[in-house]
Amino acid sequence: MIAIALPLAAQPPGGGRGGPPMIPKAAAPIDLTGYWVSIVTEDWRYRMVTPAPGDYQSVPMTPAAIKIADAWDPAKDEASGDQCKSYGAPALLRVPEHLHITWQDDQTLRMDTDAGKQTRLFHFGDWKNPESAPTLQGDSVAQWEIQRAGPRPVNGSLKVATSHLKAGYLRKNGVPYSENASLMEYYDLVKERNGDQLLVVTIVVTDPTYLREPFIISSHFKKLDGDAGWNPTACSARW
Amino acid sequence: MKFAAILLCVALPALAEIDLSGSWTSKNHEDNMERGAGPNPDDWAGLPFNESGRAKALGFSQSIISMPERICWFQTQWHIAAGPFSLKIWSENDPLTGRILSWVIGGWETRAPMTIWMDGRPHPSKNAPHDQTGFTTGSWNGDTLTAYTTHIKSGYMRRNGAASSDQATITTTFMRHGDMLTLALVMEDPVYLTEPYILTRSYLSTPTPVAVAGPPCIVGYEGVEEGRVPHYLPGKNPFIDEMDKIYHIPREASLGGAETMYPAFREKIKDKFVIPPKCTRNCGAPGF
Repeated sequence: MIAIALPLAAQPPGGGRGGPPMIPKAAAPIDLTGYWVSIVTEDWRYRMVTPAPGDYQSVPMTPAAIKIADAWDPAKDEASGDQCKSYGAPALLRVPEHLHITWQDDQTLRMDTDAGKQTRLFHFGDWKNPESAPTLQGDSVAQWEIQRAGPRPVNGSLKVATSHLKAGYLRKNGVPYSENASLMEYYDLVKERNGDQLLVVTIVVTDPTYLREPFIISSHFKKLDGDAGWNPTACSARW
Repeated sequence: MKFAAILLCVALPALAEIDLSGSWTSKNHEDNMERGAGPNPDDWAGLPFNESGRAKALGFSQSIISMPERICWFQTQWHIAAGPFSLKIWSENDPLTGRILSWVIGGWETRAPMTIWMDGRPHPSKNAPHDQTGFTTGSWNGDTLTAYTTHIKSGYMRRNGAASSDQATITTTFMRHGDMLTLALVMEDPVYLTEPYILTRSYLSTPTPVAVAGPPCIVGYEGVEEGRVPHYLPGKNPFIDEMDKIYHIPREASLGGAETMYPAFREKIKDKFVIPPKCTRNCGAPGF
């Protein structure tokens, strides 16, 4: 018997040779749905509290970005209705929060957050950007990366590419990303020895305007049995 | 045709798995200061240690690592997560079958490479000696490699006195996505932790060779007189409010504990926290 490891499949293949493509919901190699809570063991003082103005530790900012960040004024953001600038897609998974992930339909995975009450939609297939203004959560195109042993899926991950973003903050203290920013994410599941399920998201933010190199971080979440702790709160420009 | 089938048998792994070998640059865009210069002396926020762990951390004086018997205390397997180091990964193969016997990870300063045994050998008896490297076995789940390390000497979780015991274990999951490698590291320690301590780290594939090993940690005399163990007595740690002074982070947060890892903890400190007027030290950019 020869079991062949095939490289990551970009999209789920048909149910059989020449068959129609499987719908993404049915083809999911991992189950991301459910409630998840952030585990904040990294960058604590940039995430759990608002860092001081001028604290840009770890972020490869351009001089233009530093100039913008040095002028950070939360009162101004509040006055202009921009208190959600630190809840955009490139920063959203660094916010201490709960996630609720569901299938909106067979082609669309939906992620809601309690912090900032944001919604991201991950579109599979040949979804096209609608003609509209950039948004905080941008346009996200998703595909499964399916790991196979022969024809059998044994594991996998979700790859999400996001563009068409409205400018925002990577950190609450005004570290900016521009409308030229794009985001690549990989969602993996990790099983702990104690039985807990972890969601690990590798996040790559690219921004030719405000980053000297891609900003690469990873966030982790623990799966919850239900919605305990789900506490929707409005965006805040200061906390 | 028969020849092709034989070639497939030899060249392809029996189950889905992925090549991890090569040089990997650490992207220190998170915990940059903690992994480089080191954490603030009283920063244990987000660390799920218990009362024993906290007490041990509060008694810690950085001068203790000047003692010959503790000079290499930092260099346990957890160094891969808590340090800033890039990685060199290679496999050791059976010369007859080509089968991978182990994955080996080197490249970080002052310690021996980590060997992940893939040949199904069991972990040693719980009474077997412990060392800083420990004993690690691995298995694949699709393209994801999970390594489990036991038999580690007591060491550290954070380089400011948060200690790990010799009962600690580390589970490391390797997730490769093209030229990117993400590690999820989970430490469990029945002596000092109430919940697993989890860190994730990111690396990029690089054509620039990463050295297989750094210079070894060498025990030497650094002037600590015999019989003296640098420490702080209970209630006497002079740095206990440094996080409050610098960052306005209240003591109940900086002293750690599992609840400080979760979003709900923010509500407890919300009314006590005021944004500092200006960053005054370790502020990062440009060049961070």
